[in-house]
Amino acid sequence: MSTASTDKNLAHLADFHDEVPLVKGNLKFHDITEIVSSHTEKKTPFAWYGAFSLALAGLMLLLGMIAYLFWNGTGVWGLNNPVGWGYAIVNFVFWVGIGHAGTLISAILFLFRQQWRTAINRSAEAMTIFAVICALVFPTIHVGRVWAIYWTLPLPNQMGMWPQFKSPLLWDVFAVSTYFTVSLVFWYIGLVPDLATMRDRAKGKIRRLVLGVASMGWTGANRHWRNYEKAYLLLAALATPLVLSVHSVVSFDFAVSIVPGWHTTIFPPYFVAGAIFSGFAMVVTLLVIARKIYGIENIITVEHLEKMNIIILLTGTMVGFAYITEFFIAWYSGVQYEQYAFVNRMFGPYAWAYWTMMSCNLFFPQFFWFKKLRRNVTFMFIISIFVNIGMWFERFVITVTSLHRDYLPSSWDYYTPTAVDALTFVGTFGLFFTLFLLFLRFMPMVAIAEVKGVMPEADPHFYDHEGDGHHAEHAVEPSTQQ
Amino acid sequence: MPQIFPRKANILPHLTLAGSLAGGVFAILFIWYYFSPEYTDVGYAPEQPIEYSHRLHAGELGISCQYCHTNVKDAAHSNVPATQTCMNCHSQIRTESLKLLPVRESWATGKSIEWIKVHKLPDYAQFSHAVHTNNGVGCESCHGRIDQMEVVFQAEPLSMGWCLECHRAPEQYLRPDDEITTMGYEYSDDFVEQNLQRINAEDIQPPTNCSACHY
Repeated sequence: MSTASTDKNLAHLADFHDEVPLVKGNLKFHDITEIVSSHTEKKTPFAWYGAFSLALAGLMLLLGMIAYLFWNGTGVWGLNNPVGWGYAIVNFVFWVGIGHAGTLISAILFLFRQQWRTAINRSAEAMTIFAVICALVFPTIHVGRVWAIYWTLPLPNQMGMWPQFKSPLLWDVFAVSTYFTVSLVFWYIGLVPDLATMRDRAKGKIRRLVLGVASMGWTGANRHWRNYEKAYLLLAALATPLVLSVHSVVSFDFAVSIVPGWHTTIFPPYFVAGAIFSGFAMVVTLLVIARKIYGIENIITVEHLEKMNIIILLTGTMVGFAYITEFFIAWYSGVQYEQYAFVNRMFGPYAWAYWTMMSCNLFFPQFFWFKKLRRNVTFMFIISIFVNIGMWFERFVITVTSLHRDYLPSSWDYYTPTAVDALTFVGTFGLFFTLFLLFLRFMPMVAIAEVKGVMPEADPHFYDHEGDGHHAEHAVEPSTQQ
Repeated sequence: MPQIFPRKANILPHLTLAGSLAGGVFAILFIWYYFSPEYTDVGYAPEQPIEYSHRLHAGELGISCQYCHTNVKDAAHSNVPATQTCMNCHSQIRTESLKLLPVRESWATGKSIEWIKVHKLPDYAQFSHAVHTNNGVGCESCHGRIDQMEVVFQAEPLSMGWCLECHRAPEQYLRPDDEITTMGYEYSDDFVEQNLQRINAEDIQPPTNCSACHY
């Protein structure tokens, strides 16, 4: 090798190392496999059982509340005229919103080659799927006659009837179910190489068989990787428009109606920004805890969290900007109903909810302008909780304050949720954490293969100058992904 | 490392694929047939408190439907006759019959006979017998050959799609006004043209909008 080319290689490697490394602690390929897989292989920790029982209790609460609802009908909720959409719709939008970070991280950041996504995409996608499951509970139980829920699907039926294709509620059915399907497939495809890793490490016969089936005969062959990469890219391209479309369609549920406070063209982008905002906040909430407990702070580093906090800052500010734009447009429209709807939000009977939303979503994320604060794990955890609360209140403000005082002052009312409303919502956290804890226990919570791909070791020339004895001058270079 | 699965497991992916295809088709056909009101509802024949035979009364004896179901042309609900109606004849005929004991009991005590409803519509579907029987829909069209039924059973699915079949093409089903209660009515060769003429003349427009029945 000539001196010139050696220098070039060295320069290239220097570039590679100049950036803050995505994986810290001087970990090697095998360490990543070891750290991530071991959590699924070791004996179940006592603390996991504790957390899981708590989550399971929440799930039982949810099932109990749903059974009570089915038996008695939707009268057990606080709904009445004029507020016909209460907690169920608020919670639906809340959970769907949370489900947006996963695909954004796995699809959009993938297409934009944001390599830092690799550490967090697996758990964010899992969170997405579980959040969408929680979201789907609500419209299902909200229909009242739940046994007729299949009417929302365009199936041939004895009624000779199609669903109402002109209704955004139907678009929602398609948007959310498509999103769920694509997210699930995307997540599973990404899991295949890691499941194969776990299969190869498996000790028990049953575990090996189960993982053998789940990893679909993956051998890590070049051909497998080619197909995998192609499928992953195509799915990313397919999922990308969904990130934008799903919450746009959810916003149509409101925007297509003529209720003042809902009938707004700004809703689709504003909802999408809010969804990404809340989704990232939830990822931060979950991962701050998970990385600590599972000891993967070298894989999900403070740099990763900081990047997410920057997105929280960005989208939070966008959402705040949308709040203010809504006010401007209400004033500028000259329509008294519009103007009243927004004045009523700020100073009406639900002003407390409005100002909770404003402070949690617009004000608190502004702290992330300070590098010190956005790298402070405790601080970001607190802010992420605030954002979760704020985004729930955003949906509450939009849904309830617009409905409780519309065109007819004679029917104005104050909506109060019942205990069943509140406990059902609490119950969905039980469902969510039941699924998430099962995921943490049985699945590789970090995309092992993908993290390896962004490590310095993945550089084909990594070993050129190490002189570690593994590689002679003319040896075949290691493959980028093992 | 040895393989986890034996060589013959290679057939599993193919079997899975074929199995899910076949299973999917099977599920569709299964639901299509067994979940339809044609399967679940048609043939419903509850045991009535009295062994009343429509075959005997309406068929053999030829009593008109309207002799008992008097309101059918005047009200939304077509009534089940009062005990009085039975006793019109049975105070004279078969007065000692054991089978008729509950009728006489009802007559003596004034307590109604609790007939069991056979033809049920959901609570959210509104149906008017008067509108239908005054516009050329025969009893037989919905209830079948009552004159041949020993025990009344549901002959038609009474599903919304079934209602719509006629609402969308009434000319295929209507009959002249004086044939409404006829059992085994035989359509003439040109009944469609006749019906179309009548539909035009009387401006019969069976609604197909939701609020026609759901209000």
